[in-house]
Amino acid sequence: MSPRTLATLVAMALLAVLPPVFYYTGNAFWLDLATRLTILAIAATSLNLILGYGGLVSFGHAAYVGLGAYAVGIPAYHWLYGGLEHLGLATTSGLVQIPLAMATCALFALVTGAICLRTRGVYFIMITMAFAQMVYYAIVSIEEYGGDDGLVIDTRSELPGLNLDDPIQLFGLAYVSLVAAMLIVRMITRSRFGMVLRGAKGNAERVQMMGLNTYAYRLTAYVISGAMAGYAGALLGNFTTFISPEMMDWTRSGELMFMVILGGGGTTGGPMLGAAAFIILEELLSHFTIYWHLPFGLLLIAVVLFTRGGLMGFFRGRK
Amino acid sequence: MSILETRNLMKSFGGIRATDDLTLAVEEGELHAIIGPNGAGKTTLITQLCGTQMPDAGQVLFKGRDITGLAPHKRARLGITRSFQITSLIADMTVLENIALAVQARAGSSFRFFRAASSVEAIQSRAMELLARVGLAEKAGMVTAALSHGEHRHMEIAIALASEAELMLLDEPMAGLGPEESARMVELLRGLKGKHTIVLIEHDMDAVFALADRISVLVYGHIIATGLPAEIRANKEVEAAYLGEEA
Ligand SMILES: Nc1ncnc2c1ncn2[C@@H]1O[C@H](COP(=O)(O)OP(=O)(O)OP(=O)(O)O)[C@@H](O)[C@H]1O
Ligand SMILES: [Mg+2]
Repeated sequence: MSPRTLATLVAMALLAVLPPVFYYTGNAFWLDLATRLTILAIAATSLNLILGYGGLVSFGHAAYVGLGAYAVGIPAYHWLYGGLEHLGLATTSGLVQIPLAMATCALFALVTGAICLRTRGVYFIMITMAFAQMVYYAIVSIEEYGGDDGLVIDTRSELPGLNLDDPIQLFGLAYVSLVAAMLIVRMITRSRFGMVLRGAKGNAERVQMMGLNTYAYRLTAYVISGAMAGYAGALLGNFTTFISPEMMDWTRSGELMFMVILGGGGTTGGPMLGAAAFIILEELLSHFTIYWHLPFGLLLIAVVLFTRGGLMGFFRGRK
Repeated sequence: MSILETRNLMKSFGGIRATDDLTLAVEEGELHAIIGPNGAGKTTLITQLCGTQMPDAGQVLFKGRDITGLAPHKRARLGITRSFQITSLIADMTVLENIALAVQARAGSSFRFFRAASSVEAIQSRAMELLARVGLAEKAGMVTAALSHGEHRHMEIAIALASEAELMLLDEPMAGLGPEESARMVELLRGLKGKHTIVLIEHDMDAVFALADRISVLVYGHIIATGLPAEIRANKEVEAAYLGEEA
């Protein structure tokens, strides 16, 4: 087993065991932290598919998380206050909300990706960010859903056999989802499709000369990634029970990118490690000083600059 | 009928006419060498043939069909492949992965999400076969970036072979090779003669005269002569424009 696989498995084992132990020994706070970490790890894992493996520096990934959360919040709102019944969208059923979150995000990724992926480099970064800001302002402008004050989710998603009001069950769902997300990304990136995606990152012209339409492959990955981030958003909405456009702010997108790069893009476990390191450090540093942003930022930059391939770079196999 | 034709191709960069009223016909099955001094516009011609650059005017025809506006990946599917003067591989993938990608592209089975690419036996074995053919079988598992320049040049050929393209555009495959590696490359190309139509751009005159069925001479973006190797050798104009400076 490679050192990387081992590191990933150990981290996942710790993540499975520690939070429940904390919870049952009276430290509910740490379970909360772990749940947030796990959900953000799913979002980071989805970003890794296009950023780490595809080389597509999308600076708007938080928009998908936000859209996913609103796909839970808006039906829950209408369920309570009326409206949209005719569309079947006044509901607290997770079996409606979660597919809605993923479909909305897939569609948004398809439409915006079709445009963004025609650009390269800095233009791609700017335009993905611009589309995300567009969603941000769109949500801000809708008074009914609270505008920039946000929206309280009064009732969590109802799923058969699960009670998401129970923090342990919510964590369990997030954890299982993270495992699934990691396995799916791993499977995709090792497949023939994944080879094209990775090849296009390394040398798109070469791959095109092989007769492959890199645009179509990238767009497909972009849509899969968006749908996965939407799923993470649906979980996040259930976790925070309060959603606001702030979730889609460009700084949130930046944080997701940082998690991927910090942990190690293009690896199965990297985004999860990055999300864990990010959330835990943020928590610890904010206890020491209210000026934690500066040392935190410097620390992150140091890791990115001095470890090749992020935290996963420490677990490189010998060659 | 010619397999490849260009008609009055024009391409300028600012004030430089890199391709100037270039008309060329490549016959099916021949190895057609294009020689010319540095900056004559040889690579620029290749990029227009494979579609990564568009001509300002003129036409490119493949098997009689006008492909002037066709995207590179579509031309590749029609059966045109190229190798690059400046090695162009996927540096962070392994040697085998590079070749396997070209093989799966040819097989048309790239939109598959489930099985690991490395477990698709037909593709892997075909890629290994090609690596063996260019003498790189032992390096299959190495990261491409770790190989030498000469080995990269041979990988370029393996990728071109993987495409099973009817028409191969080879841009200076010998560039930067030592005498031994050059000799190996000449043998490799000799083995391809007749099986593929090859447009070979090369500065190495020994290689060109050893391999070519016909030679075209490109100077300032314009073909000044096309003929059999013996004719080109005897051509005074060519000698003045090009061969003279080599001797
Ligand atoms: N993208 C470009 N922008 C501007 N000028 C270019 C560009 N590509 C080529 N040129 C110019 O066009 C001319 C032809 O270049 P090209 O690379 O085709 O020559 P070549 O025959 O392949 O030369 P070499 O033998 O050195 O490879 C040169 O003067 C070059 O500087
Ligand atoms: Mg050239």
